[in-house]
Amino acid sequence: MTTTDMPRKVDSAHGRAVSRKRPGSAAGGGLRRAIPATTLLWVLAALYGLPVLWFVLSSFKPAGDLFSLPLTLFPHDPTVSGYKAAWDSANFSQYFINSTIVCVIATILTVGVSCCTGYALAKYDNKWLKVFFVGILATTMLPGEVMLAPQFLVVRDLGLYNSLAGIILPAVLTATGCFMFRQFFLTVPDELIEAARIDGARELSIFLRIMVPISRPIMLTLAILSFQWRWNDYIWPLLMLNDPEKFTVQIGIQSLVGAQNINWSVVLGGSVISMIPLIVVFLVFQRYVMNADINAGLKD
Amino acid sequence: MTKSASDVSVSPPRRRSKYTLAPLVLIAASVVLFALFFIWPAVIGLVYSFTNYTGVGAFQFVGLDNYSTLFGDSIFFDALTRTLLYTVLFVPLNFVLSLLIANVLVSKHAKGVSVARVFFFIPWLLSPIVVGVLWRWLFGENFGLVNYLIEKVGGSAVPWQSNADLSLIVVVVAASWAWTGFSMLLFIAAIKNVPTSYYEAAALDGAGPWRQFVSITLPSIAPTSFIVILLNTIHGMKEYPLFASLNNGGPGTSNNLLVQYIYQTGFKSGQIGYASAASFVLMLILMAVAIIQLMVNRRVENR
Repeated sequence: MTTTDMPRKVDSAHGRAVSRKRPGSAAGGGLRRAIPATTLLWVLAALYGLPVLWFVLSSFKPAGDLFSLPLTLFPHDPTVSGYKAAWDSANFSQYFINSTIVCVIATILTVGVSCCTGYALAKYDNKWLKVFFVGILATTMLPGEVMLAPQFLVVRDLGLYNSLAGIILPAVLTATGCFMFRQFFLTVPDELIEAARIDGARELSIFLRIMVPISRPIMLTLAILSFQWRWNDYIWPLLMLNDPEKFTVQIGIQSLVGAQNINWSVVLGGSVISMIPLIVVFLVFQRYVMNADINAGLKD
Repeated sequence: MTKSASDVSVSPPRRRSKYTLAPLVLIAASVVLFALFFIWPAVIGLVYSFTNYTGVGAFQFVGLDNYSTLFGDSIFFDALTRTLLYTVLFVPLNFVLSLLIANVLVSKHAKGVSVARVFFFIPWLLSPIVVGVLWRWLFGENFGLVNYLIEKVGGSAVPWQSNADLSLIVVVVAASWAWTGFSMLLFIAAIKNVPTSYYEAAALDGAGPWRQFVSITLPSIAPTSFIVILLNTIHGMKEYPLFASLNNGGPGTSNNLLVQYIYQTGFKSGQIGYASAASFVLMLILMAVAIIQLMVNRRVENR
């Protein structure tokens, strides 16, 4: 099964089963069962959607209106002054650039490294590859958080303290990424490789010319996940960076909230700005995320 | 390359140990990263946990002192208990919510599923920092929407921030809300994999929806349930950013969790050796959780 194909296949199986069943049940019965299910669905959806809606709408209220009673859902006279203040106040544009650099570079490296590693683990059969695979799986047991101090010392000793590279490099190797590519390449028939070998292709060119192109759906899925992990990272950048010029967006927002008197107008604006890139990425690539069969121990 | 006779007889075409250079080139980057950022820190972390290292200068080996101090350290124990309590509350709530939502989303009777799915998924996209800010805004004691609504219906303002237990519960709810999208995706994939014929047979035997859920869906998705519980437990045990932005571990220090404790002792007070010992206790707990769950999982699957 390929990661993106499977849910679709199952979907169609489901569809067939449904259509087989439909004629048997009365039309009125369908409506009677649709109402409670749909109501429950939308009550839950409202519970999940309302906090975000309230938050985003509040960010358009002028600072003076934020706490004026009675609270209203929609802003009386919408303004973007909170956004302006956030963007200007705490070097936010710089944070944004830093976060973007980290996300883009880390994502490219993560996809590249995971693709190579996953392919080797799926298609070559050496004892030391198996040992290495177990090692990678073990990293899921040893998340960064439990090794904060030693990992910090290592990165510092490598001379990467207070640099964006110090955030990017430790994040490149992820068990999830390697595992996703391994599972995908396991489904690619070995005959494809054998045929190319008979035609005289070298091992690495088989990988680059045939395998990399066909793994594009996995690349996209992992790229979206990796972008999300890196954009939302907090504790590691917090440890690594002490120069405000290098802060990422999340540290920027947290420093706004950490202040003694929270300026909510600025915090709301900054938070909403920070959500935009991920929401855009998600809406554009929604079908890849939603179809991903991410059963394989997802962690960053 | 040597091949054993048995290897060849099992499945000749899949054996390709003759290639060494190509796989080595392919995994070279991974091996370097693995050695630098996992092996090396793990080794020095273990070594430092037996020292009084402060991050700079010389250090001495102190044997098991760090560990014995840790067991007498009430702040550490408070952080540990609070972390366990948080995880014990968060994991079941997230489990029930995401399973409920996944079931409603695959229901063929519900309308508007594809739009509703986005509502459940967006919270997962938000960073823990933003989720924290958002819930802090909702649950503000004097200005928050929740207290406003409570007062509107005749209640009195609830001390969401100044009562330690209530502020923990707010984080639990916020975390469950934020993580539903992810667990829900796993459940949806699993539920869709259950053969429809099972349900048809059960329906013929007169089993209602609840009976079908308990007797067919739940057992069929057991492996996924274990993955969800395992991932959420690990996630819960290392939560920190959400607390940092929601109530900063407050009121006071009552909701300082383990990772925050490690961060405080290791980086604020420069007790790297001591913090490393605390890290290893956390790691042992995570490993124990994983091993117990694997064992239970195996037993269930063998049944």
